[in-house]
Amino acid sequence: MKYLLLIYSSPANWAVLPRTELDGLLGEYAAFNKEVTESGEHLDGARLADVSTARTVQVRGGRADVTDGPYIEYKEHLAGYYIVECESAERAQELAAKIPNARYNAVEVWPLMAAGGQDM
Amino acid sequence: VTGPLQVEGLLRELAPQVLGAVLRRGADFGVAEDAVQEALLAAAVRWPEQGIPDSPAGWLITVAARKLVDWRRRETARRPKEAAAVDWVPADDLRSPAPDAAGPAHDDSLLLLFLCCHPALPRPAQVALTLRAVGGLTTAEIARAFLVPETTMARRITRGKRRITQAGARFTLPRAAERPQRLAAILEVLYLIFNEGYTASSGTALQRRDLTVEAIRLTRALRDQAPQEGEVAGLLALMLLTDARRDARTDARGALVPLAEQDRSRWDYAQIAEGLSLVAATLAERTVGPYQVQAAIAAVHAEATQAQDTDWLQIAGLYRLLEHLDPNPVVTLNRAVAVAMVDGPQAGLAMVDALDDDPRLAHHHRLAAVRAHLLEMTGDLPGARACYEQAARATASAPEQDYLRTRAARLRER
Repeated sequence: MKYLLLIYSSPANWAVLPRTELDGLLGEYAAFNKEVTESGEHLDGARLADVSTARTVQVRGGRADVTDGPYIEYKEHLAGYYIVECESAERAQELAAKIPNARYNAVEVWPLMAAGGQDM
Repeated sequence: VTGPLQVEGLLRELAPQVLGAVLRRGADFGVAEDAVQEALLAAAVRWPEQGIPDSPAGWLITVAARKLVDWRRRETARRPKEAAAVDWVPADDLRSPAPDAAGPAHDDSLLLLFLCCHPALPRPAQVALTLRAVGGLTTAEIARAFLVPETTMARRITRGKRRITQAGARFTLPRAAERPQRLAAILEVLYLIFNEGYTASSGTALQRRDLTVEAIRLTRALRDQAPQEGEVAGLLALMLLTDARRDARTDARGALVPLAEQDRSRWDYAQIAEGLSLVAATLAERTVGPYQVQAAIAAVHAEATQAQDTDWLQIAGLYRLLEHLDPNPVVTLNRAVAVAMVDGPQAGLAMVDALDDDPRLAHHHRLAAVRAHLLEMTGDLPGARACYEQAARATASAPEQDYLRTRAARLRER
C-alpha cells in the first residue's frame, strides 16, 4: 500500500536551532533517505520551497484569484513529503516517526487510494 | 523480417531456459541473472535487425557467458587478491556451449520459480524477481506495470537476489516435505501478479494488461511442468475465467460495472471455454483446493448468459466448501450474497450480522458494501444508503469508492 507522508515545519523552530543540531538533522534526513531507498519502499519525495513562495489559487465566479501563501495559514506549514510503499500502516507510521520533523512538529500519514478496484 | 514484438515474445519464452543453463553451470544466481538480462537486452536490439539466429537459446547463453567472463576479468584486474574468492562460473565451462546447450528446458522455469518465490524474500521482491528471471521482463517494464520508479524496482530486485544468496537457496527442487508449501507460495505470487493487472481500472490499463497476460502465460507454463497439481490447473482456470470478463467490467469512463450489470456479450468466450474444460478436469480429482473451488464459482457465473440465469444454489454450496477449505470472513461474506439470492435478503443479512464482531473485518468496506446491497434488496433504502456511504469511506480503492458513492447517490434520488 502506498502512503503519503506530509512533513510539517515551523519557521520558528529553524530560527532558534543551534548549528550542531542542524548538522545532525541533515545527517538524519540523509540516513532516512538511504534506508527507505535501499528497502525499496521509497517512491517519491521532495522538500518544498519556502512558504513565502507558495501561492493559493481559488476560482470564484469563473475567475481565478491568486493569493500569497498557503491555503490554511498557521504557525506550521507543509515543508516536504515522501511517497512510500509499505507492507502495513504500522510500517508507514514507523517510517514517519523516523523523520526528524516528527520530533519538532508533525508528520501526517495518508494512505493513497489504489487506482484499481475489485469486482463488486 | 522479424518484428520486435515477435522477438519480445520469443525472448520471454527463452529467458528461464537460458538462465537455467547458466545456473546449472554453477554461476551465482544474482550475477547469472544480470548476465542473462544483458543478453536479452542485446538480443532485443539485434534480432529485429539481423534476424533470429539458428539457435536462439544457444546465442543467448553464449552472450550471457561472455558477460560473466568479462565481468570476472574486470574484477580480477581490479582486485587481484579478492578475485579468487568470487564464486563465479569457470570461464572455460561457459565459453563454448553446445548448440543444444539450453538443456532440459522443461524443468528450468519451475526450479526458477522456487528460487524467486523463496520464503526468505519479502513478497514485493518475489513478484519482481519472478517477472524478471522467469518472465524475462526488464526492470523498466516491471516498474511501469507496478507504477513505481525504476530505481525502486531495481532495489527490490537487487535485495531479493542478495537474500536468495544469503539464504543459501539452491537451483534444485525443494525437499518433498517442503514442496506443497513452496508451491503454494508460487501460486500466491502468480495470483498477485494477475490481480495487480486485473484490478487496474482503465486509463492506465494498457500497461497493466501486460501483467494479466504474463501471469496467465507463467501459470500455463507451470501447468505444463506440474500437470498433476490440481491447484495449478485451478489457478489457471480462475485467471482465465476472471480475465474473460475484462472488457465488460469497466465502462467507457473506466467506472466499475458490477457482475450483475455487465454486458455479457463482451465476455471472452474462447477463454471461458478453456477455463470451463480445466474446471471440469480438475474437479474430477479426489482432493480439491481453494483455487479449484474459486475457479468452479467463476465457472458457474460464466455459464449464465444472463445474470438472472445464475445458479446461485450451486454457488452457495461452493462457497460453503471454500469456507471449509479456507475459513475466512470474506468467503463467508460472499456466501451471504449467494444465500440471499437463494433464500432472500433476510437470510443473507443474518449471516452478515454474525460477522459484525469479527476483528478481521473491522473497518473492512466489503462488510458495509454487502450489507448495503442486501438492505437495498429488502427495500430499506435509507439503511442501504447509509451502508454504501460507510463502505465508500472505508475502501482504499478509488474506483470502488466512485462506484459506492454513485450507488448511494442513486438511492438518494429514488
